Amino acid sequence: MAVKTLTINDRLVSARESETVLDAARDAGIHIPTLCHLEGVSNIGACRLCLVEISGSNKLQPACVTKVAEGMEIQTNTERLQKYRRMIIELLFAEGNHICSVCVANGNCELQNLAVEMGMNHVSLAYQFPQRTVDLSHDRFGIDHNRCVLCTRCVRVCDEIEAAHTWDMAGRGHNSHVITDLNQPWGTSDSCTSCGKCLMACPTGAIFAQGSTVGEMTKERSKLEFITTARKKGEWLVVGS
Amino acid sequence: MNKLKLATVWLGGCSGCHMSFLDLDEWLLDLAAQIDLVYSPLADIKEYPEGVDVVLVEGAVANEDNLELIKKVRDRSNILISFGDCAVTGNVTALRNPLRDTESVLQRCYLEAADIQNQIPHQPGIVPTLLEQVQPVHAIVNVDIYLPGCPTDADRIRAALEPLLTRETPNLTGEQIRFG
Repeated sequence: MAVKTLTINDRLVSARESETVLDAARDAGIHIPTLCHLEGVSNIGACRLCLVEISGSNKLQPACVTKVAEGMEIQTNTERLQKYRRMIIELLFAEGNHICSVCVANGNCELQNLAVEMGMNHVSLAYQFPQRTVDLSHDRFGIDHNRCVLCTRCVRVCDEIEAAHTWDMAGRGHNSHVITDLNQPWGTSDSCTSCGKCLMACPTGAIFAQGSTVGEMTKERSKLEFITTARKKGEWLVVGS
Repeated sequence: MNKLKLATVWLGGCSGCHMSFLDLDEWLLDLAAQIDLVYSPLADIKEYPEGVDVVLVEGAVANEDNLELIKKVRDRSNILISFGDCAVTGNVTALRNPLRDTESVLQRCYLEAADIQNQIPHQPGIVPTLLEQVQPVHAIVNVDIYLPGCPTDADRIRAALEPLLTRETPNLTGEQIRFG
């Protein structure tokens, strides 16, 4: 297997020729922020957070879909890139309805973490306050489109790992959104296996488990009843007796 | 050095950030010795004074009273701090924005969801009219310092105020700027 030698942030790095710039950087312990990238599924270069500067090119390249090449000289954290990355996060916050304080993912959200990383203390763009829907038709999961950043991690994990391809994209531009099956309520989807991989893949609180929002907890008393009944019937096992 | 003239203002928010301000506990005593509190919901002062050095503004701009007050606050203050997520982002106060028109919001809150005395409050001059869209403070006036958080916890408030006491500019970074 051929090995390529390149420079990332003035450091010599070697990588297998099949690797991307992102792989090479991470192997070398160099951090490049990402959002649509998810380990284990294909890369699509959608979020543009991993853009890097490559010497000899005016064009910024997404590190997740750019293959390494011999002699490449890469900068991953210049002032220009920092400015663009903060702008991308601001655009995402302004485009949807992201209200951290009342979100199921508050404190566990990749978008919120990225805002901290980019030093975003406010959004300088006008909030769009779009009218988006919430689908709670599935027994176990829900999707709140207000919190969706269109990273398509759910689409890819469902297609490439679960092989169900329940999720897909519909609409263009401002109207882009993820859909289940033929743009129908998630609960009526024939292809969904209820595996929950989309929930795990979602970087924000857009896809969440039912019963996880404020005041939704239900107690399964029936489990206690089972124990009491078992004890009465003498089916209860006591260790050492 | 003259004492710092500090004001705090409460626009469209739940006052949780003001509660958090009280969480400063014993540091409040140190602070009190170094400032004059010239306007605040915690003090009974009717008119926002001239020549305020630092003002903490909690809440989003949600109604016509808020709009009038924030302009006055900007004109009469040197350093304006956007205090808490409602001031910085609109936050919960702006949850009604996607619904667009204020009539349906009032109808839902005061008629459909009310248990008793179902009526939309209407007292011109007393109950301020809602703005069509709730806006973060910086969408209306210039903001000098952003202090996010819902609520902004006491440590962050101290990190913002302490440097200002010695006329230095605070620099909030990392976890201190996390929303939510």
